[in-house]
Amino acid sequence: MSAPLLDIQTMRLSVKTDEGMAQILDHVALTLPRGRILGLVGESGCGKSTLVRAVLGILPRGATVDSGHILFENEDLLRLSEQELAKRIRGSRIGFIPQDPYLALNPVFTVGDQLLSVMRWHAPAPPGVTGRRARMRHHRERLVELLRRVQIPEPEAVLDRYPHQFSGGQRQRLMIAGALACSPRLVIADEPTTALDVTTQLQILKLLKSLVAEFDISMLFVTHDFGVVAQLCDDITVMYAGQTVESGPTAAVLADPQHPYTQALLACHPDRAQSLLGIPGRVPSPLNAPPGCRYAPRCPHAIDDCTRRAPHFAETGAGHLVNCRLAETQPEAA
Amino acid sequence: MLRFILRRVLLAIPSLFGLLVLTFFLVRVVPADPATALAGENATPAQIAAIRHEYGFDQPLYKQFVVYLGQVARFDFGESAYSRRPVSLDIKQRLPATLELTITSLLLGTFLGIPLGTIAAVYHNRWPDITLRILSVAGVAIAAFWFAIELQLLFSMELDWLPLRGRLSSSMDAPPLVTGFMLIDSLLAGRWDAFTDTLHHLILPAMTLSLGGLATIARFTRAGVLETLQRDFVTYARAQGVPSRVLIWKYVLKNSIVAALTQIGLLFGGLIAGAVVVETIFDWPGIGFYTVQAILTADYKVILGVTVVIGVIYAAVNILVDLIHGLVDPRLREQL
Repeated sequence: MSAPLLDIQTMRLSVKTDEGMAQILDHVALTLPRGRILGLVGESGCGKSTLVRAVLGILPRGATVDSGHILFENEDLLRLSEQELAKRIRGSRIGFIPQDPYLALNPVFTVGDQLLSVMRWHAPAPPGVTGRRARMRHHRERLVELLRRVQIPEPEAVLDRYPHQFSGGQRQRLMIAGALACSPRLVIADEPTTALDVTTQLQILKLLKSLVAEFDISMLFVTHDFGVVAQLCDDITVMYAGQTVESGPTAAVLADPQHPYTQALLACHPDRAQSLLGIPGRVPSPLNAPPGCRYAPRCPHAIDDCTRRAPHFAETGAGHLVNCRLAETQPEAA
Repeated sequence: MLRFILRRVLLAIPSLFGLLVLTFFLVRVVPADPATALAGENATPAQIAAIRHEYGFDQPLYKQFVVYLGQVARFDFGESAYSRRPVSLDIKQRLPATLELTITSLLLGTFLGIPLGTIAAVYHNRWPDITLRILSVAGVAIAAFWFAIELQLLFSMELDWLPLRGRLSSSMDAPPLVTGFMLIDSLLAGRWDAFTDTLHHLILPAMTLSLGGLATIARFTRAGVLETLQRDFVTYARAQGVPSRVLIWKYVLKNSIVAALTQIGLLFGGLIAGAVVVETIFDWPGIGFYTVQAILTADYKVILGVTVVIGVIYAAVNILVDLIHGLVDPRLREQL
């Protein structure tokens, strides 16, 4: 098997706060093979967005990576300088689709101005096209073509409009076109459908799925919604309180969740829930996280050892990894 | 955009009318009776009455107001009781000097204040920010007359780099009067020597006058940029690889200057008031010193004329600021 496009291992990250150091990410592991869609699932505040920001190198001030690596096309992004990241990773090889397209667009510049300026910095110049004006004309043509592909009506006219003149769904289509504009290898979508209504959400998901195959990209899809993951993603990685708890092929994880947290989370999903009980207890503060498994205080199956030592990933099926002491001790055959 | 401009201009009419009503009544309400002041200390009641009649003060108020409106429309504020020259002529001669000074100060404040405020916000809580914060508080707090004298002592007396006072060296022939703006007139006449000489004379008063405005603009820009930096589109633009130079000076700044722009409009009024002090210190032949004299002698026609003209200019500047707002923010164009 060829090397994965994105491979994050043993990632630890802390943020300096007024009350001390907060351990936001702890032993995070995530693998995205080429051409696949990986759903990164977790409740809000579990560190999904921080992980995305770490990949893009846009962590807030005060955040430091304590250990681990983020291999993207076999290059450790954590070792690159801000200049290098801005020059040849962000926008160019990694495209980004934000959560709220309304807030993500700059209100006082036209859509064309914003999307084209990213292309000016990062879109590859096609062979045979020389000179600034010819390149910009080419970028413009490509952008119009992309806008048509993401089903924006009147794509030429759209470039001169301002963000507030679009509906939510249309704005998200603009962001998708923007993410694809510079022919990236990886597209990171940070809850791209959360701010949209249900029917629009479905259209956007369909569009994203078709684009992944068509443009030969891989996608890291961040969400808190298992329903969305089931529809869209090939693989799942579940996070809890800054730790990766389970990962594997979507079908396997959804059919047979191994980690008590995944089980509880799936049981909470409105489609499956017998009752709207939720999970007892609350997410531990990253300021004084338990030393072992962070889910242990809420876990009905927890044994003493869980709170003392961090668990290790155990493979319970083909590519299905569980970060739980119980899975570790269980015999493989069970 | 044309609709936006038209509406904004129409909206200024009520405020201008309000200004006229206010100025009209102010003169008639103030305890210093202009007729008594004009007649002098030893005037008989008959003399005072004659002056009342001459100035129309014995007419009913509404009649006086109609007459007043007509005069304003014709830019006719009557004669100064002091110099016996038409007030409009005095204003025409002196106003360009004041405008040249205030506009230069405003430009100085804007084009220094906006970049300084932006840099402070980008280096939030680090030394450039802290330095600017101290300086901007000082800038607002320092008395203009003290700062002016310090500047004169240093740059004119000590270093002899810049002239002490006036608008043009006495050895220099003034360029032919076209606009009244010395810089423009000397350029029109091709008089490079007069241009640089005027510029030299302008530096110290403009610096003095711009100090408070510069500090205010820098502070508002800093606050605006700090707020904008928190917004999602900044994160998005960074995630999409927009270079930080472009991000700050183009995307962030355009979103942040609205508050600073409003201040620029409001500051203009303060600048004209500040010009009174600065013109006196630097012996600048503008409207400020002229107004002070008029107030001291209760020369009410001059006071009226100056107030109305400055009011109109102030309104015009604020319309201009609103129009720039519209240019900056497409959403405003549609609202108004």
